[in-house]
Amino acid sequence: MTAVPARPADSFREVLDASDISRALTRIAHEIVERNKGCENIVLLGIPSRGVPLARRIAAKLSEIDNSHVPVGSIDITMYRDDLRLKPARALAHTEVPPEGIDGRVVILVDDVLFSGRTIRAAMDAVSDLGRPQAIQLATLVDRGHRELPIRADYVGKNLPTAQSEAVHVKLTELDDQDSVVLGVDAQ
Amino acid sequence: MNTQMKAHLLSTTDLNREAALQILDTAEELARVSDMPIKKMPTLRGRTVVNLFFEDSTRTRISFEAAAKRLSADVINFSGKGSSVSKGESLKDTALTLAAMGADAVVIRHSMSGAPHRLAHADWMDAHVINAGDGTHEHPTQALLDAFTLRQHLSDHITDRAEGSTGLDGLHVAIVGDVLPNVHLLNTLGAKVTVVAPPTLMPLHTDNWPCEGSYSLDEVLPNVDAVMMLRVQHERMDGGFFPSTREYSQRYGLTVQRAATMPDHAIVMHPGPMNRGLEIESRVADSPRSVIVDQVRNGVSVRMAVLYLLLGGSESALGDGVA
Repeated sequence: MTAVPARPADSFREVLDASDISRALTRIAHEIVERNKGCENIVLLGIPSRGVPLARRIAAKLSEIDNSHVPVGSIDITMYRDDLRLKPARALAHTEVPPEGIDGRVVILVDDVLFSGRTIRAAMDAVSDLGRPQAIQLATLVDRGHRELPIRADYVGKNLPTAQSEAVHVKLTELDDQDSVVLGVDAQ
Repeated sequence: MNTQMKAHLLSTTDLNREAALQILDTAEELARVSDMPIKKMPTLRGRTVVNLFFEDSTRTRISFEAAAKRLSADVINFSGKGSSVSKGESLKDTALTLAAMGADAVVIRHSMSGAPHRLAHADWMDAHVINAGDGTHEHPTQALLDAFTLRQHLSDHITDRAEGSTGLDGLHVAIVGDVLPNVHLLNTLGAKVTVVAPPTLMPLHTDNWPCEGSYSLDEVLPNVDAVMMLRVQHERMDGGFFPSTREYSQRYGLTVQRAATMPDHAIVMHPGPMNRGLEIESRVADSPRSVIVDQVRNGVSVRMAVLYLLLGGSESALGDGVA
């Protein structure tokens, strides 16, 4: 979902450019402040790999809006996946819980693309092994539909109707060469 | 990657640098589990890990047991003593029994070199085999946890290589004593190794080993980043390998005075159980230089990593790096 395609450029079209992404994240930040009446009790946890830089960007916008420090961390969900046995064991990514901890706080999970919902199911299991948050919310840059579990996002950057066979790739300057979201069909 | 072949962890000589680093990096992430309020992950739920110990080694067994349980595997402890093995059951019949019980991995400890290899390759059962020590031959998870501990404590003294994750390049490690199974892995990861032992305990044919040898601990200590004191085996004491424990202790024991000649950053390691006062003085074992307790903690993380990489997916992630 997040791998950068080998660029048969014509088969992919850009659905969000850098300024679209920035505006979407700004809006998400405002919605977070509005819904939680400020952000003093919030912890952002990004899901690797691209949820982590997105969480950092949202945290930066939150501190501009609310003038307060919002803790950011990351949560690797590999060990909690329900499809572990269908693929070779994967390398693990960082789990980094901010020093403030998550007990009694509002944890906002941040991911790049919401698809089947299975990643978020795994992330919620991983979070409950880390502590007991007051609530868990979900922010995603793109919601592409095709849910397989009863999960929905609280904050969505862009609702993107897709076909099951299509792929959505999110590129972020922290990890890729540019900020962009493209939709298309991966070459087999 | 050959998907037909079951992956095993039998020997550190089978591990290339990439596979060894993959285990260490995975262990580093898993080490954080021990800081979590709930020290458990659902990763190996429904998998069965058998600890098959033909020889007592409580530390190794409980370390594997803790590792498997933190990953939610079911653990069966099978001890050679007091079981059908002591009634004369062969390794083959034991293996067939474990296979029938649905073992997904067998952690084997045996006094005979090569027993794990036999278990893995004899086609008796369809399980991953992990060598937890076969005589004086190999003990790969011990070597891996030592490497992990070195990397953790001496990161400022490791020279960076451009590609990939950090190994042990630029470190100088002295191993003192008579059992030397970790030499190969330390060498694979780029460390320089000096083996220090009395002539009677120095392995023959070290020419082929990727290390140097010395009979003098005093000469080696000022130039090391780490010293691993190995346990003096009690059976050696009346085997004529050295005149007396007192003489061994005088020449090769890590005393407070000797430890003071090491560089300030150098660490002291011991796989345990220690003979306090013989190969290591109590005050050294309890000093800030000593990372012996960390080794125990790291042992669980490294064994979790090995179990996850061998059993966690549809096929072993260690792939070509492991025979």
